[in-house]
Amino acid sequence: MRLLHYWRAMWGIIWRELWRFVTQRERFISALVRPLVWLFVFAAGFRAALGLAITPPYETYILYEVYITPGLIGMIQLFNGMQSSLSMVYDREMGSMRILMVCPLPRWFLLLSKLLAGTGVSILQVYVFLAIAWFYDIQAPWQGYLWVLPALLLSGLMLGALGLLLSSFIKQLENFAGVMNFVIFPMFFMSTALYPLWKMKESSTLLYHLAHYNPFSQAVELIRFALYGQFNSQAFIYTFVAFIVFMTAAIIGYNPSKGMMTRKGGA
Amino acid sequence: MRNTFVSGNAYGTDLSRPLAQWATKVAPTAVFAILSMAFVANAQAETLFVTLEKDNALAVVDPIAGKLIKTVGIGQRPRGIVISPDNKFLYVATSDDNTIQIIDAETLKVVGQLPSGDDPETFAINAAGDRLYVSNEDDSLVTVIDIADKKVVKQIKVGVEPEGITASPDNRWVVSASETTNMVHWIDPKTNTIVENTLVDPRPRSLGFTADSQQLWVTSEMAGTLMVLDVNTKQIIKTIPFDVQGVTRDKIQPVGVVIDKDSKRGYVALGPANRVAVINAQTFEVESYLLVGQRVWNLAFSPDQKRLYTTNGTSNDISIIDLDSQKVTKSVGVGNYPWGVAVKP
Repeated sequence: MRLLHYWRAMWGIIWRELWRFVTQRERFISALVRPLVWLFVFAAGFRAALGLAITPPYETYILYEVYITPGLIGMIQLFNGMQSSLSMVYDREMGSMRILMVCPLPRWFLLLSKLLAGTGVSILQVYVFLAIAWFYDIQAPWQGYLWVLPALLLSGLMLGALGLLLSSFIKQLENFAGVMNFVIFPMFFMSTALYPLWKMKESSTLLYHLAHYNPFSQAVELIRFALYGQFNSQAFIYTFVAFIVFMTAAIIGYNPSKGMMTRKGGA
Repeated sequence: MRNTFVSGNAYGTDLSRPLAQWATKVAPTAVFAILSMAFVANAQAETLFVTLEKDNALAVVDPIAGKLIKTVGIGQRPRGIVISPDNKFLYVATSDDNTIQIIDAETLKVVGQLPSGDDPETFAINAAGDRLYVSNEDDSLVTVIDIADKKVVKQIKVGVEPEGITASPDNRWVVSASETTNMVHWIDPKTNTIVENTLVDPRPRSLGFTADSQQLWVTSEMAGTLMVLDVNTKQIIKTIPFDVQGVTRDKIQPVGVVIDKDSKRGYVALGPANRVAVINAQTFEVESYLLVGQRVWNLAFSPDQKRLYTTNGTSNDISIIDLDSQKVTKSVGVGNYPWGVAVKP
């Protein structure tokens, strides 16, 4: 009975998130347009300029658009994670957060359900993106499309947990612009999403180290290897640990007696 | 750091007995069967020989495993390479030694030399496997060599800077292309004289006959085109230009050309454009451009024509193209300046 209770709560949260995603067609389209613009415009422009050496998991020469595809998948999940955090702030402003939080289930469970819901949505977006990329001749081996699922789950959870953590700091919707400037852009540009690490090393060692230790880079590499049927254990451990750290911090952040909520005056 | 996925299974205790039986009785047989299959598959796999211009060596590659097996030192500046029709000998033009070395395809030992004339680069073997036709670029000659006698049969005066040369599968023609004269010269191998010349686009580079010997495909390095010639009329019936998205025209320098045995598709190496053009041999449309290593030079099919191998001069590797899926599956580092490639079944 108690398990059923948990299940109903989790399903309710996931269903609400999916429903919100499906009904908000603009959100679905904009979530797809962003990486597609990068793929069709940005990558096409750099196609000739960047000669890529062979680095694992690739076994031969690749076009730039093939290289940035895992990075754009990461981008989808990063934005989705932030979008979920935005919706948390919105929920708090609207008061629906209060209803959720008074639910007689552990807070961590509710947050985890929220996280899973957001990750589920991002995985849907990623597969639609991969399908479009397939027709644009960016094709991974078919097994890769299966292996990438667990990788997407972990990277989605990690980026979502980061979003949750940030949302515990943000009081008003207006502050979201700060998240864009100080979190999303630096994370995305200082990563292996757009350029390989060795290329970065050529220009700046500092940038190389920042990118190397950026958890977003590790999530992108996890996805990149999985898409080609390979397991990058270093990226896996790094992403997993980052998830635990962000999630723990978010749970503390959402604890009314200890976290940021007290300072902000509650939900 | 780099591993493949491993799936694990947990078995209950009720399964342990049949599992133990399986492990002791069935598994060794299965392992033996798999190993012997692997051995047979390995025995059937072809071997690639790649000449390394700067290393004065021959790279031996297992293309199925995608691995360089070993590198063997040979003469100076090896370039053109062909294998005898019986697959027993390799002939390698060692340009700075002014000779063609005969190498045993099994032991990889140099077993003889052929008098090629000065600075041999490109040469062709006839279908019977008894004659070699060598381009001598500096002397504007084609040297005809009798392999068994190891003697020059004749030297034929051709246009300035002869480069590409090929013999038709039906043994009726040997065609030499001279880069500066912009001509292909049709040589009758019975008389070893030029019968006819055809004017082609500037700097004709490489030539290839279709399996039925009815068409000759010629690449022009400077015009960036492929010309298809009718063997009966010896006239150009089609000129195919190349245009690679995102690559400037000056980088498109067609070199090596091969056509599959069914005349379904032809493949042209585009040099510094780092692409292999795939051409429909029926409609003469360019179907696609496949990205390979830098300055792709020469091409060779696997014996079953399921794969195509390319030598990439400046990226020091070869690329392996799967022809069923029309995808480049792997690039394998081989050594400095890979030039020519020969395949032994």
